[in-house]
Amino acid sequence: MEPRESAALVIGGGIAGIQAALDIADAGYKVYLVEREPSIGGRMAQLDKTFPTLDCSSCILTPKMVDVGRHSNIDLMTYSEVVSVTPPSRGEPSWSLSPSPEGGDEGGVFHVRVRKKPRYVDVDKCTGCGQCAAACRMKGRVISRFDEGIVKRSAIYVPFPQAVPLKYTVDPTACLYLTQGVCGKTFLCKDACPAGAIDFEQQEEFVDLEVGAIIVATGYDLIDPRTKPEFGYGVYPEVMTGIEFERLSSASGPTLGEIIVNGKKPKDVVFIKCVGSRDPHTGVPYCSRVCCMYTAKHAHLVRDNIPDARITVFYMDVRAFGKGYEEFYDRVKHERVIYRRGEPAEVYRRGDRLVVLAEDTLLGKPIEVEADLVVLATAVVPRTDVSEVAALLGLDRSPDGFFQEAHPKLRPVDTQVDGIFLAGCCQGPKDIPDTVAQAKAAASSAMGILARREKGRPA
Amino acid sequence: MALKTEPMAEELELFGCIQCGKCTGGCPVARKTVLNIRSLIYQMLVEPEMDVSAHPELWDCTSCFTCVERCPKDVRPAELIIGLRGQLVESGRIPETIGAALMGIFRQGNPSGMAREDRAAWVNGTAVKAAQKGCETLYFVGCIPSYDPRVQVVPRALVKAFAAAGLDFGTLGTEESCCGNEVRRMGEAGLFEMLVEENSELIRGVGASRLVTTSPHCFNTFKNEYSLDGIEVLHYTQLIAELIEQGRLKFSHPPNLPERPSPPELGGTGGGRGKIIVTYHDPCFLGKQNHIFDEPRAILKAIPGVKLVEMDRNRERSLCCEGGGGRMWTEGTNLEERLAFQRVHEAAETGAEILAVACPFCLLTLEDAVKVQGLDDRLQVMDIMELVEMAIDDDE
Repeated sequence: MEPRESAALVIGGGIAGIQAALDIADAGYKVYLVEREPSIGGRMAQLDKTFPTLDCSSCILTPKMVDVGRHSNIDLMTYSEVVSVTPPSRGEPSWSLSPSPEGGDEGGVFHVRVRKKPRYVDVDKCTGCGQCAAACRMKGRVISRFDEGIVKRSAIYVPFPQAVPLKYTVDPTACLYLTQGVCGKTFLCKDACPAGAIDFEQQEEFVDLEVGAIIVATGYDLIDPRTKPEFGYGVYPEVMTGIEFERLSSASGPTLGEIIVNGKKPKDVVFIKCVGSRDPHTGVPYCSRVCCMYTAKHAHLVRDNIPDARITVFYMDVRAFGKGYEEFYDRVKHERVIYRRGEPAEVYRRGDRLVVLAEDTLLGKPIEVEADLVVLATAVVPRTDVSEVAALLGLDRSPDGFFQEAHPKLRPVDTQVDGIFLAGCCQGPKDIPDTVAQAKAAASSAMGILARREKGRPA
Repeated sequence: MALKTEPMAEELELFGCIQCGKCTGGCPVARKTVLNIRSLIYQMLVEPEMDVSAHPELWDCTSCFTCVERCPKDVRPAELIIGLRGQLVESGRIPETIGAALMGIFRQGNPSGMAREDRAAWVNGTAVKAAQKGCETLYFVGCIPSYDPRVQVVPRALVKAFAAAGLDFGTLGTEESCCGNEVRRMGEAGLFEMLVEENSELIRGVGASRLVTTSPHCFNTFKNEYSLDGIEVLHYTQLIAELIEQGRLKFSHPPNLPERPSPPELGGTGGGRGKIIVTYHDPCFLGKQNHIFDEPRAILKAIPGVKLVEMDRNRERSLCCEGGGGRMWTEGTNLEERLAFQRVHEAAETGAEILAVACPFCLLTLEDAVKVQGLDDRLQVMDIMELVEMAIDDDE
C-alpha cells in the first residue's frame, strides 16, 4: 500500500508507541517510530505475565513488535533520538475543551530532526546470528539493563532474543575499542561475524522529517528504592524491586523462570507495596496504580513456582479497580497468600534471613516476619529526562511531573500544543489496558489532524 | 483526665493520617511496651475524649522520631506524644523523677539539679576561655557533659582538639543553661519557651558565627527549634571532620588505648597490636533526625590504626539507645528489655572492640548495657572524641 502523503511521528517504542504507530499506519499514513533503545518493546517486554489474565507478556507483545518491523508504512528508527522539533506555528495556548478552531495552521508541519546513533553494525548485513557477542572479550562482564542487572552480557548485544529489529549493537560505554581505543590484537567480534557487518567507522546520522502530528509515548521510570533506606535495598541481595522480580520469574529471563535467591528457592517471601508511592517525602504523592495488581500477580507466580512458600503481602490499601482485577485479587487470596495490613517500617538481617518489621494494624500490634526474599513495589515516576523532552516539544508538566494533558477529563490525550498527543505512562502511571486504550485515542486524534490536512490541500 | 481530642487533632494536623502503621511498625519501644502511636492517633480522630492519664506508656517514648522520619504523610506522630505529655505535665500527673529533672532545670539550669556555679567544673585545668565578643565559634557544652564525671572527658577532649586546630572559640561558662531539647519532649512547653528566650539572648550576645555542641540533642533543638538567625549550628562531629579535612587537625599516632579489651579469639586484635576495630552507633538526634551519617565515620576513618566496621542496623536503620525524650530520668513501663542491651550485642557481633558514639546519652546507656550484659571483657564504649584525643599530640 502506498502511504498517504501525511506522516506522523511516534516518540517511544513501548506498547503505547507500538499501538499508536500500528493504528496510524493501518489507516494508510506514514509513521516514523523513533526509539532510543536498540529494540522496541519497552517495559512490557521486560514483564513476565500480565495481570489479571496471566497472558505471557512477550507472547502478546512480540507479534505487535514484528508487525511494526514489517509494516510498509512504518519507518522504524531504533537507537535514535529526536533532537529538535519546530512546530508549524505557535498559536494561542488552547486551554479550551476543543482543539484550535478550523483555519488554524492545519496545513503546517512539524520539522523534526532525528539523530541516529551509530550501532557500529551495518543493519543491512547483520543477520542477528550472535557470533559476535559470543566472541566479545567483554562477554559476561557488561550489566544487562533489560535483565535489570541480574545477568551480564557482552559489549555487542541485542537487548533480548525477541528484539525488533534483531540487529546487534555495540554498547559504546562498554566496548573496549570504543572506550580504550584498542581491543587486543584483533577485533574478535569482526573476526567472528560471517556477514562482515561490524563497522567501527560508522558515524551518527541526522535525518530531517516533516510530520503533521506527533505522539509522545516516552514511558516511565521506577523510583530508586534507596530513597527509602529503611528497606535495605542495595544492602541485602534478597531485597529486590518488582521489575527485577519480573526478570527473575520470566521463563525467558536469566534463571529461565526459576525463582532463585542466593542459590535457593525462597521459603518465605514478603511483598511490600507503596514503596515511594503515596509519599510526598519521595516526591511521589500519587498512587502508582499498577503495583496492587502486579504484586498480586507476583504472589501468584511465587505460589506457582514454589508451592510450599509462605507468602505475605503488606498493604495499606488494595486498589483492584479494573476489569477482572478484584476477581484476580480474590483468586490470589484463595491461593494462600496472606495479606497483612500495615506498611512495613524496616528490613534488617537476623542470621542468614531478613526480618521485616511492621505493625499489623488490624491486630494492632507490632510484628516481625522473617523472609528469604523481599520484593518492593517501587513507585512509577517520570523519566529522568522528562524536563528536557518537555522543553523539546513545548509541553507542560502536571504537578506530579508527568506530561500535562490539555484537559483532565475531556481532552485526555491532547496537549497544549496542537498536533502533539500523549500516550501511555508519560502522562501518568497506568496499566497495559489503559495504555493501549490511550494509544488508540492518541492515534485517532493524530489521524484526525492528518486527514484534515490532506483534505485542505489541493490534490 | 478527659482530654477533648478534636482541638489537639486539629493543632497537630492528625487528619492526614492514613493509618498505615509505619510509625508503630518502626517504633523501637512499641516492640516491648503497649505504646502504639498509630492507635493513639486513631483514638484522637474518632473518640471525642481521651483519658490521658490511662496511658502511662506515653513515658516510654524516647523521641527518637523514627515515626516522624518515616511517616509518608507528614503527620509527625511523636508530636502527639509530646502534646499528650504536655497535658499530663499541666495536671501534674508525671513520674516523680521527670518532675525532679524539670525542677532541676528550672532552678539550676540542668536536669540533675547540680549547682549552677559548678557548671564549668568539667574544665579541670584544661585551657578554656569564656566566649569573647566576636569570637568565631561558640562551644555549647551541654548539661550531661558539664556535670557527669563519665562524660566530662568528652568536652575536655573537644577543647584540646579545638586548641590543637587553632580554633578561635569560647564557652558560656557558668552562664550556660539547659538547651531545653528534652524539656520540650517531656511536654513542658512553657519551660522550653523560657529556655529558648534566655539562651537565644545569651548566644546572640556573643556574636559568634558558629555554635557547636557536644550533644546531638542540643544540636537538634538549636538547629531546628530555635531561630538563631545567621548563626550556623554544628554538631562537633561536623566541625571536627571539617578541621581534619582542612588539615588543621592532624593525628600523629594511633590512639593510645590504655587497655585493649578484645581478645583475638573473639575476633579482636588483642594485646595492643594491630588495627583497632571500631563500630559506630548512630545517635537518633544526629542520624535519623538530622541526617548526619558521614562526618562521624569520616573522623573514625581518619584516625590512624582504626578500622571501622558497621553493624547491620546502621545509619537510617540505627537502633535507638533509649536515652532520649526524658528517658534518662524515667524507666518507662518495661525496664527489663532495654534496647541498649540488644544494641551492644549487635555491636559485639561485629567483632569490634570499641563501640564509638557521638552522644552523651548513648555513651551512658550503652556503657551501662555493656556492663550489665557482661560484655566488658570484649567491648568498650567510647565517645569518638576520646579516640581522637588519644591520637593527637598533647604539645600541639
